[in-house]
This record gives sequence, structure tokens and C-alpha cells, in this order.
Amino acid sequence: MTKTVTDVVCPFCGTLCDDLEVVVSDDGKDLLEVYNACAIGAEKFLHSQAKDRITRPRMRQEDGSWKEISYDEAAEYTARILADAKKPLMYGWSSTNCEAQSIGSEIGEAVGAVMDNTATVCHGTSLIAVQDIGIPSCTLGEVKNRADRILFWGCNPAHAHPRHMSRYSIFPRGFFTGKGHAGRKIIVVDPRVTDTAHVADVHLQIEQGHDYELLDAFRVAFKGEKLPDFVAGIPKEKIYEVAETLKSGRFAIIFFGMGVTQSIGKNHNIDAAIAVTRDLNEYTKAAIMPMRGHYNVTGSGQVWGWQFGFPFAVDLSRGFARYNPGETTSNDLLRRDEVDAVFVLGSDPGAHFPFSSVKKIYNLPSVAIDPHETPTTEVCKVHVPVAFVGVEVGGCAYRMDNVPIETRKVVDAPEGMMTDEEFLKRVFARVKAIKGV
Amino acid sequence: MAEYLIKNGFVFDPVLGIRGDAADIAIKDGKIVETSAVKSPKVIDAAGKTVMAGGVDIHAHVAGPKVNIGRNFRPEDKLFNCKPGHGIERMQGGFSVPTTIRTGYDYAHMGYTTVMEAAMPPLYARHTHEEMRDTPILDQGAYPVFGNNWFVLEYLKNHEIENTAAYIAWLLRATKGYAVKVVNPGGTEAWAWGLNCENIHDPVPYFDITPAQIVKGLIEANEYLGLPHSMHVHANNLGTPGNYQTTLDTFKLSEGIKPNSKFGRDQVMHHTHVQFHSYGGEGFNFESKAPEIMDYVNTHDNITIDLGCVTLDETTTMTADGPFEHHLTELNHLKWANADVELETAAGVVPFVYSANNKANAVQWCIGLELGLLAKDFMRVFLTTDHPNAGPFIRYPRIMKWLMSQEARDQQFDAFKHKDKVIEATNLAGMDRELDLYEIAQMTRAGPAKSLGLAHMYGGLAPGLDGDVAIFDFNPNEPYAPDDIEKAFGNARHLFKSGVQVISDHEIASNGNKRTLWVNAKVNENPQVMRDVKEKFLRYYTVTLNNYEVAGHHYVPNPYVIEVDATQ
Repeated sequence: MTKTVTDVVCPFCGTLCDDLEVVVSDDGKDLLEVYNACAIGAEKFLHSQAKDRITRPRMRQEDGSWKEISYDEAAEYTARILADAKKPLMYGWSSTNCEAQSIGSEIGEAVGAVMDNTATVCHGTSLIAVQDIGIPSCTLGEVKNRADRILFWGCNPAHAHPRHMSRYSIFPRGFFTGKGHAGRKIIVVDPRVTDTAHVADVHLQIEQGHDYELLDAFRVAFKGEKLPDFVAGIPKEKIYEVAETLKSGRFAIIFFGMGVTQSIGKNHNIDAAIAVTRDLNEYTKAAIMPMRGHYNVTGSGQVWGWQFGFPFAVDLSRGFARYNPGETTSNDLLRRDEVDAVFVLGSDPGAHFPFSSVKKIYNLPSVAIDPHETPTTEVCKVHVPVAFVGVEVGGCAYRMDNVPIETRKVVDAPEGMMTDEEFLKRVFARVKAIKGV
Repeated sequence: MAEYLIKNGFVFDPVLGIRGDAADIAIKDGKIVETSAVKSPKVIDAAGKTVMAGGVDIHAHVAGPKVNIGRNFRPEDKLFNCKPGHGIERMQGGFSVPTTIRTGYDYAHMGYTTVMEAAMPPLYARHTHEEMRDTPILDQGAYPVFGNNWFVLEYLKNHEIENTAAYIAWLLRATKGYAVKVVNPGGTEAWAWGLNCENIHDPVPYFDITPAQIVKGLIEANEYLGLPHSMHVHANNLGTPGNYQTTLDTFKLSEGIKPNSKFGRDQVMHHTHVQFHSYGGEGFNFESKAPEIMDYVNTHDNITIDLGCVTLDETTTMTADGPFEHHLTELNHLKWANADVELETAAGVVPFVYSANNKANAVQWCIGLELGLLAKDFMRVFLTTDHPNAGPFIRYPRIMKWLMSQEARDQQFDAFKHKDKVIEATNLAGMDRELDLYEIAQMTRAGPAKSLGLAHMYGGLAPGLDGDVAIFDFNPNEPYAPDDIEKAFGNARHLFKSGVQVISDHEIASNGNKRTLWVNAKVNENPQVMRDVKEKFLRYYTVTLNNYEVAGHHYVPNPYVIEVDATQ
């Protein structure tokens, strides 16, 4: 006999779907099938069942081979490199639960670490823009129930957040949106003809790197002022038309992604996008939301927010929390040789950081805590495999609209494996012993 | 647990009726006991010092999503005020929106031991609880917001009190909430379309119900359940010149309703931060209507209020009154965050600078203090700043100074740029009343504890109450300067929380054993409400019903559950 677990929360992307159904074996050890999830989410659940999964910590030998070590030895190594370092970098935190993030913060305080999460190469620019100009936003249910103007800017949910369009933004029928897709106007701004652009009513195929100009042009168009014939490759008539579409809606929402946050202009693009949203609120109701990537990158910004006051790039090395993106952000620290140990949990900088940063990690005492083998585990000295959060252990995660949801455990982790939280507790105990506090 | 005997302090305690006489207070097993009940206590010499119960804050925004928006979007709020951790203290930062850790310590330094989070969006209940969990020392509870909730709007449109009550009971349990909070009733739902409800008869778009029906219905549902606290309201039209009429209209909705609660409260409505709701005149000619407001409050004993005093600081405003925050950002052109919450509520956050050079801000300062000085019964009028809206909570000792000293008020008047115009628009300059410490103890301890339905635990020094005791370096029988008040009450010498000494000689000595209070109200089975809940989650919420309830030890690791039985 098998059991079906309902209301399962998907620990993949910031959409944080919570309606999955997972079939497990009667003894709760094997995960057999996943329903309702997108292809990526289903794969994450099924991948936990891989027979060749690494289940014990391992340490790199002189000759480059791995040697299996115990969790105690791994905790000792981790505590030691953090305690011995003058300024360790504790990076990642986006694919784990808030409980692990919270203990990580305490370890960071004890050792004077720099705490940074994946926003540093993702929506960190959005967070900076919010500090400049604020952010009128809403929960995804407001979009589902009210929004009739949906604008995707520099993001491609069809591939990156596959169920976003059906659960929240384009297709669902909500309270005031009984016609679903038919009642909504969809606008996509993207230099590429993406699969999201295919479902749009209007696709503005912007010249790459000219987002700021087009955003500003919308602000001009809202006021009915004059525009040049083309802005960012878009004819002015089109801009006036889209501006009118946005203004005439009952509820407009802008979703934006890496296309604007990490292309030229960075946080200034987001400043402009938020200003567009503010302006729209003079005519109708409007909101804007970053398409957060990892399922709990939002949560790590929240945990650090209430514990330290900053959402990323938090430098604790002076004994109190400092925040100065450009100085206290991971890549800047690595490339300037300012950190002397690297701890990675719940992220894969090996795959996503510039090669120059990855080389620095390779040359430093380093530990990667991750259920998977990743490019990061390949460059670190110690790899600590852990249970999958949201599959083998529960815990709190924050959706892209900051709504916290408790993820569920659906199967047991392989015999003897620790969770992030358990491993960090052990590290913290060792750090305290080493530091004598 | 250790026994303590606090000897010879000047005790101010409205519960025991002690007005500054020297007395001994004993603590044993976490509670206040008769002095004869302690055998070999640790003796604290309180001679020449003031002894009071631990402070109780009935209304502050200290935990939850909008507070954290305030922290994360204001790095400038941490500038030059971060404090390294040492000993058992963790690192701290922030001024108007301090980190949770600083929040706990700063309240403790003021001698406060219980703080209620004033607005919890139900969908974000987990976030609120996580922050409260990480706030050391303090006992806390949170008020879920009901005034714009679709269930409530639909039930109260037809005056279905029993269904409303059943839904309240369900939501309090699901969110681990403490009381029924109402913010800009109907107006915040209207804000989801960019609109507002400007008086108590202004209908809510689509839902076709008025704010008056919402407020009155929620009072009745609250009394149907017999909850510890009354309905707790922030009325429509906050901050608008001429709004005192709306405030009086809202007060009047409580008339004729009697409290039904076993928890010893006498009110059926608590109206919060009344300073923001006591404005007359219009536009730039706005003026104080504190006398009209207090005439009403003083003559109607089924309402309690808190002041919401402006402290003349740079701060971070945050409220579930979405349209008001939008109005504010249009006014001061500072950054604006907004967060509308599906089916439930909204919130806005805008930094604000209250300046002594600004006539309007100075008038607001006067109104807050006038309300306090015009009060007749301090068991019904409480000291707050609506932290951080009118000012950060760390200014409570400064407000005590202003309330207790005409000299201190005169000093502030002299610092106003538009002193004459301010005096003309207000009544404060002519007031010579100076409150005493007994009245302050009513406003900050016994009064709020009673209003919350927690007089059996907090707010006094009678045997049987929780061992929450603060000792201040203040001798009321010797001459003092006004600033001595602020200094002494901002830095408690010793503090006990549930019998644990958490401050010793001004230093944090323990992180305490914080509890989260919530109310578990039992009602008769109500299939209609449960069907409505299921349907709304299926069709309109973006989380499933089974993923909504706050459960799990890591959100509320140390709960204190108050049981209410409304099944009869």
C-alpha cells in the first residue's frame, strides 16, 4: 500500500506552490510519485531518491580524491575554519528553512562573519532600490483576485517559475476576475521572444540594456507628455498605447526578474520601475513584485531583517551589523581577498559566481553544506550532505510575496543523515567551545 | 526558583492602592507573594528608589511583516546606533524600528515586561510569531486584524453575529492571536482599489457595508465570545483635520453595549492612538479637539483609549491603514512601501520626520499630552506612542516627564519655531496639571493590564500576580529636575520578569523565559462558517487551508493559552 501526502509545499522556486500531492511507500521511506508540481519541482522531489546520493560528509584529500568523514569531524572542521578566520564568508541560505538561517545568524555573530545570500547576484539590486524609493506591493492572491493588467518585465515565468502564470498571474479565476485570462491584458517586456511573450497580448521587444529609458518613457506617457519617435527600439505610439492600457486597468501588477536587476543600470532600473508603479497609483491601483528565485531567499532576508536590520550583505565582523553593498557583498569580498574562509549552505556559487570568485573559494578553507553534488562541492574542501528541506524535513519558507509557509516532511532522509538545522547546532556548540563563550 | 525580597522601596501600585509608601515586595516561584512566604530570599535594597509592577504596553508595532519592511528598507535607521553584543546580549541595531533583540532589551530597560503587537495580518501570522519568538524577555501577544476581512464583511452585512464570532474564534486559533483588531474599517478593503472610507457611513466598495456596521458588529461578536480584551479599533479618517467627529461617531457605536467577560475588564471598545484622531479645523488651520474627545471619554466608562503621543523624532510610520500611508507619502515625498494582503488587510510604511520647526507636528505633540492631562480616570487612558508611528517606544520616559512636569512642557514650547501659532491652536499651554507616579502606574501598568483582561497576571504587585517588578533610581520625596524622571524611567536599576531577575544594576542579566499569549475560544460547531472557510480557501486564497494554521513548536515555542468558553 502507498500513502498520499497532500498540501505539500514545493521547495524549488519563490512561487512556493503548496498544493502538491506526493505518493510515498507505506513505510514512509520511498517517494514514488509527485502530482501537481511543475517539471522542475517534481524532479527536486524525485532526485532525493537517487540511489547514488551522497549520504555522508567527505573531505578532499591531497590527491584530489574524497575521504568519508563523520558528521562530528565535519562539524569540527567547519567550526574550526570559522573560528580561526578573521573574516569568514557565510554565503547561501536561500535553499534552507528559516530555523537553519536563524542558527546560522548566531554562528555568524559568534565568529564575526559576513552573512550574504543569493540576492547578492539576483534581487539584491531590487532590495537596494526598495531602500531608495520603497515598494508598493501585495500578496499573490491580490493579483489572482483583482489584477487585470499584468506586466512581466525581464522575466520568463514560463521557464523560471512555471506555475506562476496558472496559480497567480495570467490564468486563475479569482473573486473579481471571474473571466480569468480573458479578463486580463498581458504585457511582456523582453528583448527575447520567450515562451511567456507568446502568451502576451503585447510584447515590447526592447533593445537589450535600455530598460531604464523605456521605464522613464512610461512615466512621460502617463502624463501625456512628448516622447521621441523611438525609445529603446519601441515606437512611441506603442508606448502611449501600453501606458493607456496600464492606466485604464482596475489593478495593475508589474513582475520583474533578472533581465532588469542584473543588466546595465541594475538598481536604477528598479528605482524607475517602482516609480512607474507609484505613478500608476495616481490613476488606478498598482503593485510591483520581484520574481524571487530560490524558494526561501526571501526568508533569509526576513530573518536577517529582524535580527540585524538588513536583508543581505550583512557584515558582522566588527561585532555589530554593517551593510554596504559593493563592499560587503560576496563577490567583492572574494575578489579583493578580504575573506579568509568560505562557508556555503543552500546555494551554488560554484555555478553562479564569476570564475574569478570561484577560484578564490577553491584556494580558501571552505565547506559546502548541500544535499546535492554541485560545482560548489567540487571546489570546497569539505562537503556535508544534508536532508532536503521540504522533502525530508519541514520548516518555514517565505514566498516571493513574503508570505511564510511551513514546508512539510514527506519522507525520511536516508539513515543517519543530518538536517541543516541539526548540523548547524552541532557546529555552533563547537564554535562556542572553541571561542570559550 | 530563587526567592527575592525587595525592601523599603517607594511603591506605586494601583492594584494594592499604595501611593509611594515604603513597602516590601516578595517574589517566589515566579509570583508575587506575601513577605512572610519567603524563607531565605535574596534581598534587594530598594531604599530611596521607586518600585512598580512591570510595564504593560497595550499597543505597539514591534513584530511582523510591516515592521520588518521598515527595518529592511531603512538602513539609515541603523546609522551610528548599532551596539555590539557582549555576555549574554546579542548585537543590536535600529532606532525607530529596532531589531527584535534590541526591542526586548530596550523595553526591559524601561521596566516593561509585557508588550502587545498591535496588528497581525492573519496570512503573515507565522512571520509575526517568528519575530516575537526572537524578542527576548517580554511576554507578548498579537492582535489579528478583522476590520477588512472578507468573512467579516460578508457576515456583518447581514448582522450575523454568531457566524462572525465563530469565524473570530477559528481565526484566533489558526493564527494564535490574542484580540480583535480593527484598522480603518472598510477603508483598507477600499484601498485595494485605491479608494478609502472617509466616515463611518461611507460604504465599502462592492461589499455594501458601512464602517459603522463593521465596528458595532465586531463589538457584539467580541462580547458574544467574552474575549479577554475588547474590540480594539483604529477608526476611519486617521490624521485628517476635522476627523474628531468621526472619532466621536465611532465612540458612540459602543453605547448601550455591556461588557461580557470573565476577565475583569469594564470596556467594550478600546480606541487606540487617539491623538491622531482628535483634530479639528481643516487644512493648515487644524487645531486640537482633545477637550471634546476627553469630555466623551471621561463620561463613558465602557471605553478605554491610548494616547499615541508624538515625540518629535524621525521615525517610521507603519499601519494597516493603507490609504493613509499613501496620503502620507504624497505629503512628505519619502519612500513608500505598501503590502495588500488577500482577503484580509493591507499595510503601508513611510518614514516621517516630526519636527519642532513644523507647526502641525507641534500641534500633534500638544494634543497627545492634552489627552493625558484632561483624563479623569487613568485606569482607562494609557500611555503609548503607537510605536513607531508617533515616535519610538524608547521615548515613554520622556512622555512621562512631559506629563509630570509643566516646566518640561514649557521648555519644549520654547523650542517651537511657531510657538505662538501652536499655542493658539491648542490648549496645552494653559494646563498646569502635573501627573504623579501613581497615575503613571495606572496608565502604564494596572490600566492596560485590566483593559487586556490580564489583571489576574500583570499590572500590579498584589500576591498571586506574576513576579514582574521594576525598580527605578528615583526618589519621589526629594527634589528633582524634570530630566531626572526621563533618566530614571529609561534605565531601570533592577527588573524581574516572572520571578527571574532580567536586569541587575542596569545590565541585562537574563534573556528571560518569554511567553506568547493567545486566546483559544471555544464555540459551538458552526458548519456554515466551516463551509465558508473551505470555499474561500479553495477559490480565493493562494495557500491551502491545511497550510494556513500556525502550528509547530518553532513558531510559538512557549505558549500561554487563555481559554474562553463561548459554547453556552
